[in-house]
Amino acid sequence: MILALIVVPLIGALVAFLAPNDRARPWVVAFAAAVHTTIVAVVIATGESRAWSDWLRLDALGRLVLIVVSLLFLACAVYCIGYLRIRAERPNRVFCTSLLMFAATTTIVVLAQHLTIMWVAMEGTTLATALLLYFNQNRRSLEATWKYLMIGSVGIALALLGTLFLAYAAIIGLGEPVLLFSVLVRRAPALSAPWLRAAFVFLFVGYGTKMGLAPMHTWKPDAYGEAPGVVGALLAGGLTSCAFLALLRSFAIVNAAGQGEFARHLLIAAGLVSMGTAAALMVGQRDFKRLLAYSSVEHMGILVLGIGIGGLATFGALLHIINNALTKAVLFLAAGNIHRAFNSKRIEDVTGAIRRLPVSGSLFLAGFFAITGSPPFGPFVSELMILIGAVNAHRYVVAGTYLVLLVVVFIGMGQTVLAVVQGNPPEDDSGYRESLLKTLPIAASLAIVVMLGVWIPAPLARMLREAAQLLGV
Amino acid sequence: MPNIADPILIVLLLTNFFILGTANLRASIRAVAVQGVLLSLLPLQVESHPTVRLFLLMGATMAIKGFVIPALLLKALRDVHIRHEVEPYLGFVPSLLLCAVSTALALLYSDRLPLAVGDRGTMYVPAALATVFAGFLVLTTRRKAISQVTGYLVLENGIYVFGLLLYQAMAVEIGVLLDLLVGIFVMGIVLNHIQREFSSLDTERLSRLREDR
Repeated sequence: MILALIVVPLIGALVAFLAPNDRARPWVVAFAAAVHTTIVAVVIATGESRAWSDWLRLDALGRLVLIVVSLLFLACAVYCIGYLRIRAERPNRVFCTSLLMFAATTTIVVLAQHLTIMWVAMEGTTLATALLLYFNQNRRSLEATWKYLMIGSVGIALALLGTLFLAYAAIIGLGEPVLLFSVLVRRAPALSAPWLRAAFVFLFVGYGTKMGLAPMHTWKPDAYGEAPGVVGALLAGGLTSCAFLALLRSFAIVNAAGQGEFARHLLIAAGLVSMGTAAALMVGQRDFKRLLAYSSVEHMGILVLGIGIGGLATFGALLHIINNALTKAVLFLAAGNIHRAFNSKRIEDVTGAIRRLPVSGSLFLAGFFAITGSPPFGPFVSELMILIGAVNAHRYVVAGTYLVLLVVVFIGMGQTVLAVVQGNPPEDDSGYRESLLKTLPIAASLAIVVMLGVWIPAPLARMLREAAQLLGV
Repeated sequence: MPNIADPILIVLLLTNFFILGTANLRASIRAVAVQGVLLSLLPLQVESHPTVRLFLLMGATMAIKGFVIPALLLKALRDVHIRHEVEPYLGFVPSLLLCAVSTALALLYSDRLPLAVGDRGTMYVPAALATVFAGFLVLTTRRKAISQVTGYLVLENGIYVFGLLLYQAMAVEIGVLLDLLVGIFVMGIVLNHIQREFSSLDTERLSRLREDR
């Protein structure tokens, strides 16, 4: 059954590639996404974990990210039906195929227990997203794709070097180059510590580049700014979550080996630097899609910060994976609609989004309140858990800096978002109309975010506990 | 069998310096090709029995790293009619100095790392680290897209050298097949488009997306 999670999107990709008709293809994507989500629900309900070999297995960390990726992909796939209809002038064969390849490769990343498989799949996601980024095929999207590929390839190369270092640490400590996650965690204390530390640094820089942590974030504003909103949502919610999962697995091994303190310092520093960089670049940002890119940098910082602090903050960070991904879907998809309705993404041209697009505009505003950690939305809970975790761990300076940066981001992001949604729209009407297919996925994502703000279902809480256990908390 | 690895690795290190020091783009691509050929000989040292895998690996490395990719890059260079100077952001002398310092540090650092029995007293680890850093240096200090690709190739070559220590775990193959396919094939396609859209391969001109505040 678990293997079907990979096979279904692959078959879908083949069908989409062979489909002769641009109008039919988005439906193939949506159908495959729906099947994928259904299988995820069944697999999680039955608690099935092993797939075919030990190299692919669904553990608690994987379950958590799998839910995120699958829901996000479903929302984006439904949205795409409407989106690609208004972009009918562009052929979408490559785009739809790449979307499904993205789903397949991210699923493999989630399932991979063998670190090489995980790396190969990560590489696959890089390829698939490069093609997605290039959808508009103009100079600007070309520049964004080039930067993404160049920086992403270097990141992935360094991650490979880190993986090889890890294998070498295993050769010295265990006598064989083991790269199976569960074995590495179990026998971690025997691994060679200097190699392990070097491995973690490279894995951190490599997968951190894919996450978009500062200062390796420079591809992000360009990629998110130029790509269609739906691709931004998949990157900011799906790809980054997968890269974070890869980082979590690396951390789990280092932590199990008793080198957690060293890794934690690195994670806390990187988290605060990312939040600070994002905050500085968000204040006065005049392009609302780039604004969302910096928000993504900020939240990647929050994720690694939470893991670095440990304790309750680990739960906060794990919960924040879901909250961040779904809120990013709300923001990016709504921003995509606004971009289309105004033919611009700069706040000089875009005002009064709520008047012109009552539904998307309101959802965008709600998404802003959600991502900045206002109650009653989910991110409020997860960000608060990270704060309490920091205070519990007596890291008062970290907690204080974290709070200040959250406030700066709230003000900086608020300026731009309010300028977009308030006021009167310009005279010229672009003729863009809202449709159910392009707003329902956003509303559904927001509904889940609100739900997680007031109530965390018991199975989810159990999953978070099990995932934290894998991280040694 | 005589130790051929250390001389090869030392020549590899020297080509790093050459790539960083030359002002001629064509020459630096050729030097990367030389590195590819050198690397293809190294598996001989780690595998003492002639196996099918060994010959496939050596053949593939030589063909891909030594000929196909350099040829693609040279072709791109010819087709685009760009000037053949490297145009670095950082001058040649400082980058050579940085490379020398990093090579020395790599030698010192790898001395302190524990090694498996068979790997003691060899140059693999320092050569790998120094080459990775040299590639990174080329990548970050050069302006032209093609130079950046050469930098990426050098970086990959460093990873390949380290992968040899993990020969039994198929690490080399993963490095060769994937990095190559991805890094170059795709970049080649993009390069192609950059050429068409910009009629130049200068990433400096890829600057529309800067923060303009």
